[in-house]
Amino acid sequence: MIATLEQKKNITAASADRKPVLFRISRVQKDTHDTFTIDLEPPKGGFYFEPGQFNMLYLHGVGEVPISICGDPSAHDKLIHTIRAVGTVTKAMQKLKKGDLLGVRGPFGTNWPAEESAGSDILIIAGGIGLPPLRPSIYHVLANREKYGKVVLLYGTRTPKDILYRKELEQWRARFDMEVHVTVDRAAGDWHGNVGVVTTLISRSHFDPSSTVAMLVGPEVMMRFTVLELQKRGIEPDNIYISMERNMKCGTGFCGHCQYGPTFICKDGPVYPYPAIKDVFVKREI
Amino acid sequence: MKTKEPLPTPTVTIERKNLDVLFSALIKNGYNVIGPTVREGAIVYDLITASNNMPVGYTQEQNAGKYKLVKHGDQSVFGFNTAPLSWKKFLHPPTLELCHSHRDRNSVTITTPKIEPQKHAFVGVRPCDLAAISVLDKVFIASPYTDVGYQARRSDVFIVAVNCGQAAGTCFCVSMQTGPGATKGFDIALTEIIEKDRHYFVAEPGTDQGETILKSVPHKEANIYELKAAESQLENTAEQMGRKVDTTNIAELLTNNSDHARWQEVAKRCLTCGNCTMVCPTCFCSTIEDVTDLSGDNASRIRKWDSCFTLGFSYIHGGSIRSSVMSRYRQWLTHKFSSWHHQFGTSGCVGCGRCITWCPVAIDVTEELKAIRSNEQTNPSTKSTKEKQ
Repeated sequence: MIATLEQKKNITAASADRKPVLFRISRVQKDTHDTFTIDLEPPKGGFYFEPGQFNMLYLHGVGEVPISICGDPSAHDKLIHTIRAVGTVTKAMQKLKKGDLLGVRGPFGTNWPAEESAGSDILIIAGGIGLPPLRPSIYHVLANREKYGKVVLLYGTRTPKDILYRKELEQWRARFDMEVHVTVDRAAGDWHGNVGVVTTLISRSHFDPSSTVAMLVGPEVMMRFTVLELQKRGIEPDNIYISMERNMKCGTGFCGHCQYGPTFICKDGPVYPYPAIKDVFVKREI
Repeated sequence: MKTKEPLPTPTVTIERKNLDVLFSALIKNGYNVIGPTVREGAIVYDLITASNNMPVGYTQEQNAGKYKLVKHGDQSVFGFNTAPLSWKKFLHPPTLELCHSHRDRNSVTITTPKIEPQKHAFVGVRPCDLAAISVLDKVFIASPYTDVGYQARRSDVFIVAVNCGQAAGTCFCVSMQTGPGATKGFDIALTEIIEKDRHYFVAEPGTDQGETILKSVPHKEANIYELKAAESQLENTAEQMGRKVDTTNIAELLTNNSDHARWQEVAKRCLTCGNCTMVCPTCFCSTIEDVTDLSGDNASRIRKWDSCFTLGFSYIHGGSIRSSVMSRYRQWLTHKFSSWHHQFGTSGCVGCGRCITWCPVAIDVTEELKAIRSNEQTNPSTKSTKEKQ
C-alpha cells in the first residue's frame, strides 16, 4: 500500500502554501568539500516534523529546492538542513552566513516508520548524501533505545573525504547498543576502514531478518542492489522503506515534476514501503 | 451516449433573437462573459458582450495535425467544437506570480499578490471541457493540498455549457464518457437547434443560479417535440464520432506495457514540442521562474505552464531522468490514461481530441492506445502480483 498522508502529522506554521516563511540562520557549518549544514531558528511556535520529511528552501532571487530535514525531531526550536552544493540554488546557499534569512515551506511528504517499528531491529543504510534524511530516525531510535531490538547503521560514501557527520558516527560507533559500519568506494593508503560498496556490509551486520525494518537512502543504483541483498537476507519487502528523489517545484502535488510511476514523490513519498513502488523501481526513465 | 430520460420540466426554449438577453443578464449580474470569438483563423475564448462577437456561421475542419476554420452555410452560433486553447487558461493561468520577495539590507519580506475574486461566465463550454474543469478541480482542490488561487478563480464561475450538435474530426468524447451531451457541472446547458424556419436553443438549468438567470431571458417551457429534437441531435453527434478508445482496464494496460515496442515507434515521430500538453485541457504541470530586477532587491517567483516533453522537466543534479523521447512520450500518455486514475480517481483524458489536432506530426493517441492493446506485452513483475492475488 502506498504510504498515505495519514502518516503525516503536524503540518506546522511553516506554510504548505506558496509563500515561504522566513527563518533566520543561527549557524552554518562546512561538513565536507561540497556539503554544508545550516541551523535555522523557527519563528515563534517552533518547527514540527516527522523523520523523513522535507522542506522547500527558498533563497531570495535564486530559487527554491527540496531538502530533507536532518535534525532531531524532538527539538522544535531548531531546524537543521544538510545541503550538498550541486546546482545553482544549492551553490548560492553555500555562501549563506549566520544571520541571513532563508524561506521555508513545509514540512512535506511521508515519514520513516520510526515510531511504528518499535519492537523490531532497525537497519539503516545510507549512501553519500543519503545519511542526512535518515538522521532524524537515528535520533528518534536512540532517544527511545529500549523500544527497539538491534540497531545497525551502514554508511557508504565515494571517498573518505565525503563522509558526513564524522564526530557523530564515532559517537554512535562507541555505543554498545548500536552497530555502525562505514565503507568507501575508493581511498588512499591512509584509510584504514572498509573499501567497497555498501551492500558488502550487509552480510557482516547482526540483525534478525524476520523482525527487521530497513530504511534506505542513496543513489538509485545503490538502493536497487541493497533491496536485492536485503531480500536475499530474508527481510520481507513490506519491511523495506526507501526514500526517492525527483525534480520538485511545489511540494504539494501541483507542479507534476516529481511523478514516479502513479505517485507524486512530494505527497505519496519521499518515503515509500518498497512494495508500493517495486514495479517502477526497476524501470529506467520512469 | 446514453439516451437520457425526457429532460425535467424547468427546461425551456430560447429563441435565437433572445440569446443576447442571456448575455446581458449575465453582465447585469456582474459577470465578465467569456465565450468563443474568431481570431487569426482560430476560435479563441475571450471577453464577449453579445452574440455578434461570436463565430456565427463558422465551423472547424479538424483532423490529425490539421485545423481550419471555415464558413458553413447556416447561421449557427455554436457550429464548431472546442477552441485550441481550453478554459484552463482562465482557471490555471499560463503565467502567474506566486510571491514577491523584497530584500532590504539584512531583511527580506515575502508577500503574495492579493487574490482578487473574479466573476466569470464561461459561455460555450463543451461537455468534454466541462469534464476537464471537473478534472482540474480534483487536481487543485483538496488533493490533499488546495491551490488557493485556483479555488478563488474557480469559485465564482458561471458555466453555460453547449451540447455538441456536431463532432469534430478528432473528437472521441463518447469513448471517454464525457459527451456529447452535458450531464452535470453546468449552470445552464444549451442545445442549439436550427430548423427550416426556426433557430432556437433548448436550455436546461443545472443550478438554482442557472434557473434564476434563465428566468430573466424570454423563454417558453420546452415541449416534447423540442426536447426530442435536442436528444436526437446528440445521438447524431455521437454517431458521427470517428475515433474511439477502448478504455477497458486502460490504467493496467499502460502500466503493464511500459516496455512495449510501440513506444519506440511513436518516439521516432514525436518532436517533443509539447503542443499536446499546452492544448490539453487537463495537463496541469508547471515550473517556477525566479525573476529579479537589476538591483537584485526585488525578486518574483513566477509559475509557468511546463511540459513533461522537455528535457528539463525531469532534471535533477546529474542529468534528466527521462532523457529519451520514448520515455517522455510514455510518461505523458501513461499519466493521462493510467496514473491519473491512481492520483485523482478519474481519467486525465476527456476525449476532446485537441492533442491529435495540434500534433505537428499527427500523432493520434487513439491509434497509439489501439496499437498497444492489439499487441499487448506483459510486464512480468505486475503479472506475478496479479497471480499472487
